[in-house]
Amino acid sequence: MGKVILEVKELTTKYITRFREDIYAVDHVSLRVEEGKSLGIAGESGCGKSTLALSLMGYYFAPLHYTSGEIVIAGRNITGMKPDDVRKMVLGKEIAYIPQAAMNALNPTQKVISFIEDVIHAHDPSVGKKEIHDNARGMFETLGLPAEVLQKYPVELSGGMKQRVVIAVSVLLLPRVLIADEPSSALDVTSQKMVIKMLRQLMEIGFVGSMIFITHELPLLYNVTDEIMVMYAGQIVEKGTAKEVVFDPLHPYAKGLMGSIIVPEQGLRNVKLTAIPGVPPNLKNPPSGCRFAERCKYVMPECKTNSIGLRDLDGERAYRCILPEKELRALYQREVKTNA
Amino acid sequence: MPDEKTICMKASGLTKVFGLGRQKTVAVDHVDLDLYQGEVVSIVGESGSGKTTLAKMLLGLISPTEGDVYFLGKKRDLSSQKKKQDYWKNIQAIFQDPFASYNIFHKIDDVLLDCIYMRGGRKFPSEEKTGLMAKSCGFVNLKFEELTNKYPFELSGGQMQRLMIARIFLLKPKILLADEPTSMIDACSRATILEMLMRLRNETGMTVIFITHDIGLAYYVSDKVYIMEHGKFVESGTADEVILHPKAAYTRRLINDVPKIYEEWDLSTV
Repeated sequence: MGKVILEVKELTTKYITRFREDIYAVDHVSLRVEEGKSLGIAGESGCGKSTLALSLMGYYFAPLHYTSGEIVIAGRNITGMKPDDVRKMVLGKEIAYIPQAAMNALNPTQKVISFIEDVIHAHDPSVGKKEIHDNARGMFETLGLPAEVLQKYPVELSGGMKQRVVIAVSVLLLPRVLIADEPSSALDVTSQKMVIKMLRQLMEIGFVGSMIFITHELPLLYNVTDEIMVMYAGQIVEKGTAKEVVFDPLHPYAKGLMGSIIVPEQGLRNVKLTAIPGVPPNLKNPPSGCRFAERCKYVMPECKTNSIGLRDLDGERAYRCILPEKELRALYQREVKTNA
Repeated sequence: MPDEKTICMKASGLTKVFGLGRQKTVAVDHVDLDLYQGEVVSIVGESGSGKTTLAKMLLGLISPTEGDVYFLGKKRDLSSQKKKQDYWKNIQAIFQDPFASYNIFHKIDDVLLDCIYMRGGRKFPSEEKTGLMAKSCGFVNLKFEELTNKYPFELSGGQMQRLMIARIFLLKPKILLADEPTSMIDACSRATILEMLMRLRNETGMTVIFITHDIGLAYYVSDKVYIMEHGKFVESGTADEVILHPKAAYTRRLINDVPKIYEEWDLSTV
């Protein structure tokens, strides 16, 4: 086991709406990222993936509020720090974030290079211009981006290029953890591949220590990350290595997600696409039992009343269901048989 | 179940040129396309390959620089507003961005009522109108009672896209043009929407044109696939032919770029 860079224990954060209602978008989430490893977070829209990413940085702004739990980055506990301190000391150096709409993250009235100057000066005002320019050029060249890009305005760049520029800018200060929140969901397949290649490269060169990758595209996640966590309604419902989660999912929701994969490979045309019926529960008053119970095929009366904890299996594997592993597997097998 | 005999739409030598002189861009370059009744066709290409321009020309939203579109054997005539309206009764579209597809001042009831009116239901008794609206919402797993008096922006992206399908359900066009209908939606809702579209196709027997950059999606839904590069079709054929045994280098590259789960994903090729 490698050195743990980021450790999160039972983190809970909430949104407070203007009607004073609490919405627990991240509910007792624990996770651990080791040096040189990447963690993927999967789940449908509104399950709390992006909120988790924001919460991990300790960067809380209304309506997002911290409730309980601990975040430890490289041995330093950042829970309870003020947002201003977090921005100065943690963001960029310890943890960097690529937002979902990274394409719009650049300032349209600034050239890329002056944007970079601003970023560096926000952390260390004493750095000279020449040093920044040399650094930036070096960084861009290592990552395979043409240096002319630095002198351009964002409108002159294509979508994929903008995305890669934003990634390059976000790792300028060599963060230990990089959080990539759907970095490629608005791009076509070729640009997506370039972005992924660049993220991989960052890890190989050592510009970033480890990575958290958020997306709803499972095939992508499988190819990029070592471990996958599946989130549903603010909770982790399954975690394990990428291979385990994709090919051998235990939780019924994770199983359902796998049914929505579309890849251009032989034989998959005949596989029926299975959509999970229904919608996720409203987190304003989440169900007291299993949060997936309403949509689950295998629901039992106890599911709706008993609160269900995360079951740990050997290794890093865990899932959140009332049924033990054996019974779940037996259920799935029976279903395969009846379908055949 | 495509009907191999009736051609319902035909495009010949369709060309669109934007700009003049040095700024000239040929977005679509002499494209020929035959669409049979009841067929599902995908047009696949990267951003900027001219897919959407082609779609807009087929829809009659922009006029082609050169070439003709034939609809049900006759040359398409869009010279007057009346003729355009008649044409649009037969061809409808679902667009990429559900948030930009609705008039923000119209309530959901009005959106659906408009469709009933377009099919000549202006004189229907009000119970029948409500019944039809409820039926169309039921088809896409939306509850009509929860939607009345709401505006489209109060829905989520997936729900809006489903409402679009409800519109198509009421309109029953001959051709549906789906321009990246699922690219802004998460993978789970994508499965739901595709399933609904396919069910609707099976019920009404309409022709569906999918425009997408997701080659996996094209493989999954379509009978025929056209691969588009720089405004031209570089390859076409049945889904199995094109996707499993691609001939053009461009197709091979596109397929290579999609992350897969059973095969190794080669990152060294970009």
